[in-house]
Amino acid sequence: MSTTTTPSSGVSREDLGRLAEHWGERPSLRAWFSTVDHKRIGRRYLVTAGFFFILAGLSALVMRTQLARPEAGVVSPQEYNQLFTMHGTAMIFLFATPMFFGFGNFLVPLMIGSRDMAFPRLNAFGYWVFLFAGLFMWASLPFGAAPNNGWFAYAPLSAEQHNPGLHMDVYALGLLFLGISTTAGAINFIVTALKLRAPGMSLNRVPLFVWAIVATAFMVIFALPALNADNAMLFLDRRFGTHFFDPSAGGNVLLWQHLFWIFGHPDVYIIVMPALGIVSAVLPAFTRRGVVGYPLIVLAIVSIAIISFGVWVHHMFATGLPQLSYSFFSAASTIITIPSGIQIFAWLATMLLGRLVLKVPLLFVIGFVITFVLGGFTGAMFALTAFDQQVTDSYFVVAHFHYVLIGGAVFPMLAGIYYWLPKITGRMYHEGLGRWAFWLVFAGMHVTFFPMHLYGLFGMPRRVYTYRSEPGWDGWNLVSSIGSYVLAVGLLLVLVGVVHAVRRGRPAPPDPWGGDSLEWATASPPAPYNFPVVPRVRSLHPVWDEWTAESTGPSATEDRILSNGRRTVFTSELDARYERAVRMPESTLKPLLLAAALLVFFAAMLLSWYPVAAVAVLVVASTIAVWLWPPRRPDEELAVAA
Amino acid sequence: MTDRGGLVAAATGAEALSTELPVGRSTGWWGMVMFVATEATLFACLLGSYFYLRFQYGPQWPPGGIEDPKLLTPLVMTAVLLPSSLPVIWAEHGIRRGHRWRLRSGLAATMVLGVTFLSLQATEYAEKLRHFTMTTDVYGSLFFLITGFHGLHVLVGLTMIGWLLAASLRGGSFGAHRHEQVRNAAIYWHFVDLVWVAILFTIYLSPRL
Amino acid sequence: MDATAATTSSEARTARRRRRPRPVPSALAGLLLLAGCAGDAPSALNPAGSGASRVAGLWWLLFWISVAVFVEVMALLTWALVFRRGDVRIRHGQPLRFVTVAGAGLPFVILVAVYGVGLRDLAALGDAPGPEALTVEVTGHKWWWEVRYPGASGATANEIHIPVGERVKVRLRTDDVLHSFWVPQLMPKTDLIAGETRETWLRAERAGSYRGQCAEYCGTQHAHMAFMVIAQPRAGFDAWLARLNAPARQPTTEAEHRGQQAFVQGTCAACHTVRGTDAQGRVGPDLSSVGSRWSIGAGAVPNDAGHLGGWIANSQTVKPGNAMPPQPVYAAQLPDLIAYLRSLE
Ligand code: HEA
Ligand code: HEA
Ligand code: HEC
Ligand code: CUA
Ligand SMILES: [Cu+2]
Repeated sequence: MSTTTTPSSGVSREDLGRLAEHWGERPSLRAWFSTVDHKRIGRRYLVTAGFFFILAGLSALVMRTQLARPEAGVVSPQEYNQLFTMHGTAMIFLFATPMFFGFGNFLVPLMIGSRDMAFPRLNAFGYWVFLFAGLFMWASLPFGAAPNNGWFAYAPLSAEQHNPGLHMDVYALGLLFLGISTTAGAINFIVTALKLRAPGMSLNRVPLFVWAIVATAFMVIFALPALNADNAMLFLDRRFGTHFFDPSAGGNVLLWQHLFWIFGHPDVYIIVMPALGIVSAVLPAFTRRGVVGYPLIVLAIVSIAIISFGVWVHHMFATGLPQLSYSFFSAASTIITIPSGIQIFAWLATMLLGRLVLKVPLLFVIGFVITFVLGGFTGAMFALTAFDQQVTDSYFVVAHFHYVLIGGAVFPMLAGIYYWLPKITGRMYHEGLGRWAFWLVFAGMHVTFFPMHLYGLFGMPRRVYTYRSEPGWDGWNLVSSIGSYVLAVGLLLVLVGVVHAVRRGRPAPPDPWGGDSLEWATASPPAPYNFPVVPRVRSLHPVWDEWTAESTGPSATEDRILSNGRRTVFTSELDARYERAVRMPESTLKPLLLAAALLVFFAAMLLSWYPVAAVAVLVVASTIAVWLWPPRRPDEELAVAA
Repeated sequence: MTDRGGLVAAATGAEALSTELPVGRSTGWWGMVMFVATEATLFACLLGSYFYLRFQYGPQWPPGGIEDPKLLTPLVMTAVLLPSSLPVIWAEHGIRRGHRWRLRSGLAATMVLGVTFLSLQATEYAEKLRHFTMTTDVYGSLFFLITGFHGLHVLVGLTMIGWLLAASLRGGSFGAHRHEQVRNAAIYWHFVDLVWVAILFTIYLSPRL
Repeated sequence: MDATAATTSSEARTARRRRRPRPVPSALAGLLLLAGCAGDAPSALNPAGSGASRVAGLWWLLFWISVAVFVEVMALLTWALVFRRGDVRIRHGQPLRFVTVAGAGLPFVILVAVYGVGLRDLAALGDAPGPEALTVEVTGHKWWWEVRYPGASGATANEIHIPVGERVKVRLRTDDVLHSFWVPQLMPKTDLIAGETRETWLRAERAGSYRGQCAEYCGTQHAHMAFMVIAQPRAGFDAWLARLNAPARQPTTEAEHRGQQAFVQGTCAACHTVRGTDAQGRVGPDLSSVGSRWSIGAGAVPNDAGHLGGWIANSQTVKPGNAMPPQPVYAAQLPDLIAYLRSLE
């Protein structure tokens, strides 16, 4: 840790004062609603996504309780169907993706040495939309009107005729609403990573986590429209009598599936990619060396992002499409395992060559490797159409995706929470508590989901609210249910650990782990302006590199301090040459107002109050107009020709 | 930092700081390009759905006695919409040199063309609605969804143009040093314009192929 | 399984008892995986048909490959945990070759081989029997299966009879939403697609009854959309098929007569068919042989007098949400109806 400098050595006291004045926010209710600070927004994403995780997780516990014994009556079929749909939908859309957006929001500007995201106000807007969309969807549950069609909502069961009530309107509108937030966030990440990297952080010095987030964001850009188109058509079919998914009037039910999975498959990588990025970010600190094979990992990330658009039909292997197309999509699905293999072996090599420091984050990374590899294997098995046709829509698939989602996404997430908790809260967590949490979560996860492989193979279909006693089903289901309680206790300990750290934790030093990326080169928690001096990056491991440290110390220059005004640095897209200093927006309430107007719009659409919806559209349009309205400037400044 | 002294000085001097000389692409530009990329994908999905449904449906298309779409109105619409990008380009180039009048008149010309397009679309709808609606069958659903969705984009684009026009008429908004919003709205407008070509081909021309 | 076995026709029951335990490819894997699969589970690992056998073989191949690769990964991980090297920070030697070979090269070779095997099996599954084969027409309804045989006037529900050792073509349609046709021991899934027709085939190597079920989520009672495939020797099958053409059994006792009256004149006839009577409804399952059905309500409850009475009185308590509304049946009529329906074998 010798090269970790005190974060502000190159800056004068006056500069620090001015920076604090320009960037700081006096605590007030208004400031709470109007903030555009990426760190506060990032934290909110994490907390809100965590809240939705608890809701979705508790739904799962109810489901597991119902399934513990054959023919149990804990919930009615209608309730069960809403629970599993909300569980899946919320886990995917309201928990996994936003949680990683939270990490990204907090970390990307810090890792690239910037003072905020490219569009801070858009960022705040994205958060509010996410919050409102999440509440919009969950609010339907107490009314018994929650989505009930499974998270992929196949037509024609989702049609008005087969599924009256608001259930699927909530689904379609909720996801369209949420999509606004996801798209805004994705654009923000891309542009931030392109333009706001610290000078010198050329593409080959970008941290792997940032690569992962950017690749994810690109996938969002190109995948989400398919889901939006699908949901728009679904809503039109249900409300306004169109026939996209109605075979009796020329529509086609498989269109829904194609569009859904053109989105849905990239989406599972949208979830796992940032998680893999976290693994790459955590490893250096706990193996005491850089991740092996940086270029290979970047290549793997990029190729996953691309290939993931060419495999969607593997979710439709039983729909009876032509064998030729199956053999193509089967090949593509087989190939996509290779980049994952590269990453796994790169991490293994890193661990083999490094010196492992067995702290809680590394424990979760190891748990990740074990679990994700198992989940990946079953994925590779599904890639073979013949095998998939046997196990698809059985609990074997449920086992696969919980292995990859929990092992592949939640474990890294937990590693990330422990790893960055000192940075986020400025407090250290309790190591012993963390270890307990790890072992319970790890054991609970495998006890819950491993048996699902078995009873899936033994013929138990998924999405059944109950089952009749069959050999091999009863016992293993009970084991799963017990495991899920263990898992819940483990997660409860994680929660306790976080609360404990925030309340009682030891104050954290700027760099408790000896990490290699720039977030460790600043205070814990970082000041509102992140970096007193925007660093000049000289290597892939800037914090381990004397030069970079020097650039914020003795050789700090005025153009990277930028203390008069709320300013940060733009650099060129590829090699991050210094371009210019730019002014960043101040806090504002407009993002909140805009998001609220959208909420009114979607709620009005749901309840068929179309005039209200029309008014909301006007409010939206005028808020945007005012938001972007250019300030009046003197002609000389604008350079207007006479 | 001495290595880039000249550039840095230019970028951090008092004048540059308040005027943001265009060095490199701006975040706004990238943001708009990304937004357009995702929107384009959305249109691709809709048009893809059109072809999917059409080829799954069978040989007879449009189905159920709906005639092939007439070409006259859409061709006129094309002739109106496609050139509407030119005044925008002209206006944008104008304001880059600080010519406010070019911005104002260029935007106004685009407004006129855009509104004409929408009115033509309205007459076309009036005509179509006598034969089929979006609830008639899947063809009707597709026709009105795709063209309606595009019409909505034209409307949004016109709102942007109108907004720019209002801001530029107020004065003190745009000049050679500050015209990012003009550039971004222009990108959007070109996009709306180009998408129409794809729609023209899909909805109007392809049934005749 | 016993609950269902008890209600299966006696013929199928003996077939079941005669079944030999299938030798699984490996004793170890057997111990590991079949611990819960000893009996008659509708298990994909306990195949009784040529399609499922093929896939079971594929599964064991994939299973062993996974075990091998997993052991490799665990060995490396253990190695790293046991032998921790020194504090190196940035190491320049990058073992790129190791990563490329172990992470990409080796998997690639394995995957290409496995893909080849998978393709062969896919082709085998897709190799449908020719037009001369026996065909069964299966229609999915929310939430039961209608089963017809071309040429036979009658229909049955939630059970499919096939001759042993023959390839039988199954034509799949749905009346409403998507369903999926799955008999784990005989054949992988084929979805029923609204607006389209799909085909699959079955071939049972041994006589027996094999539980099948809907595997595509289809709404409230997706859980109770099971069926039974009953494979019997050709002669038995032919006899059964002949009965499908004949009128239902006539009532013999007084109670059965009254039951028939109540059935035909009551609401039941609007939805149900009993061959040879005026009841010709097509909304619900054909009840001409409901007495010998393996269950009531597509796997919801066993088929006995008590459950039948409960079903008729209010099927919504038995299978909430199903498409048969509570019937206005007088308490006095109920025993007669039960007697009549139970007599329809
Ligand atoms: C984080 C999410 C995530 C991830 C990372 C993956 C990863 C993979 N998935 Fe998974 N998948 C889901 C989430 C995910 N999946 C979900 C949610 C569903 C179900 C949706 C639903 O129906 O509700 C699903 C369903 C699903 C199906 C459809 C199943 C069905 O419904 O019938 C298929 C089929 O091909 C599939 C394949 C794969 C493959 C090939 C990978 C590969 O990327 C895995 C690659 C990784 C490895 C293979 C391990 C590491 C590699 C090595 C150690 C090298 C050596 C390996 C070999 C030699 C094999 N997945
Ligand atoms: C990231 C995604 C994710 C995650 C993390 C999980 C987590 C869990 N899942 Fe989920 N699951 C899905 C995504 C996910 N799932 C999806 C996409 C589906 C498909 C849905 C569909 O078919 O449409 C599905 C379906 C699914 C099913 C199949 C339902 C069916 O087909 O009928 C089951 C059944 O057991 C299940 C169980 C669980 C359990 C027990 C957990 C546990 O890991 C949950 C543990 C979490 C908690 C318990 C909450 C956190 C708790 C605390 C912080 C402490 C507070 C707790 C207490 C007070 C006790 N899931
Ligand atoms: C409105 C239509 C309707 C009416 C009227 C109706 N049924 Fe049904 N019945 C159904 C449907 C649909 C099912 C299948 C339900 C399921 O399994 O999901 C069914 C199933 C059954 C079954 C179980 C069949 C099986 O093989 O599982 C029995 C027995 C039955 N009905 C008897 C009756 C009797 C007796 C009456 C009159 C008193 C009656 N039904 C009236 C629609 C109807
Ligand atoms: Cu039919 Cu599920
Ligand atoms: Cu997939």
